[in-house]
Amino acid sequence: MATHTIRITVNGTPYERQVESRLLLVHFLRDQLRLTGTHIGCDTTHCGACTVILDREPVKSCTILTVQADGGTVRTVEGLEEGGKLHPIQDGFWQEHGLQCGFCTPGMMMTSVALLGRNANPSEPEIRHAISGNLCRCTGYVNIVKSIQYAAARLR
Amino acid sequence: MIPAPFDYHAPTTLSEAIALLQQHGDQAKVLSGGQSLLPLLKLRMGAAGHLVDIGRIPGLEYIKEEGGFLTIGGRTRESELERSEIVRSKYPILHDTALVIADPLVRNRATVGGNLAHADPANDHPATMLALGAEVTVTGPKGQRTIPIDKFFTGIFSTALAPDEILTEIRIPIPPLRSGGAYVKLERKVGDFATAAAAVQVTLDAGGAIERAGIGLTAAGPTPIKATDAERFLLKKKPDAAAIAEAARLAAAATSPSADRRGSVQYKREMARVLTARALAKAIERAGGR
Repeated sequence: MATHTIRITVNGTPYERQVESRLLLVHFLRDQLRLTGTHIGCDTTHCGACTVILDREPVKSCTILTVQADGGTVRTVEGLEEGGKLHPIQDGFWQEHGLQCGFCTPGMMMTSVALLGRNANPSEPEIRHAISGNLCRCTGYVNIVKSIQYAAARLR
Repeated sequence: MIPAPFDYHAPTTLSEAIALLQQHGDQAKVLSGGQSLLPLLKLRMGAAGHLVDIGRIPGLEYIKEEGGFLTIGGRTRESELERSEIVRSKYPILHDTALVIADPLVRNRATVGGNLAHADPANDHPATMLALGAEVTVTGPKGQRTIPIDKFFTGIFSTALAPDEILTEIRIPIPPLRSGGAYVKLERKVGDFATAAAAVQVTLDAGGAIERAGIGLTAAGPTPIKATDAERFLLKKKPDAAAIAEAARLAAAATSPSADRRGSVQYKREMARVLTARALAKAIERAGGR
């Protein structure tokens, strides 16, 4: 079984681990680091529940090998809160009722954080375009958009 | 889902990558963005003993005009194409295409070279590149060679690439004045493969007649389809509604789609006709034809 030593920084903490070639990033995060906030939804690159930020870009962690992220920096939903204070995007989802069942929420928020990092004042079409790879099966998109707008205003 | 075991290699030079491909032969697969390959390995619809990741080789990501061509590095990400100012302003057909490939998260990883080399007839870039008359540069143990895109797709998921060659560059002739293009795709939802899609690139002459037409069709047969009868028919024609209708009819006649949950053969063929007509009209408009 082919294994590799990788170095990866997750939510600011550097890790050095032995991993199998075939280990997917989402399994590394959930099973090895016990960061279970990143969800596995469809497991087929459709739903976006597993979205994390890898080197500033939101990506689907079910479709990346951990070895591909060697040397990289990952941010997951657990890395949003700082010092007991919710990130504005978390606050936004709370204030604007941006979640119902909550399953898509971690991925939705990571995509949103990456969007707001690139575009401080996105229009509604820009927000909808950015989250078009994240599916909410409760179909709560109206409030999700409002939550992102709330966070954008807070961050400006 | 977990792929079957394989070994993973992360070469940092092209020659190292090619040596690995030579060493492992048909056991090896090139890993670019991985957005098609990894799902296949996870579903165990495909297997590979060795993955050669070209993600750490510098110099394969660029979009620039030089020597009469728009050149795109093989590992250029779709998101770069989507954001590129030169693509947006001068190659609207490419911008159209980048916007409808999978979804924005996938496009952050997926690459243009991968989209072509994977040779899925439902992928979007093959049709666009056929319409643009592109060529690809592939690099192997004996150096580089160039393959015209209409000789590149040899069968379903098959290309003219040798097992020890890597697609390193896409070359698109810079369109002359009075050129325009469009890609029009019918999909059930964002991120889906095309039910049908049409790529059209036209150049008009000084009198407004069609001087060159390139038409590529997605998900219309076992390989991406170049609608050559329709292309030939359009030459020297005034780009009016009758010409568009006849070209679209000829393009649909060139298709051999298969039925699946996206639609029947008849439906897909009819959609190929409708989408070709729409893409043609848009391409002509963008070329300044009306």
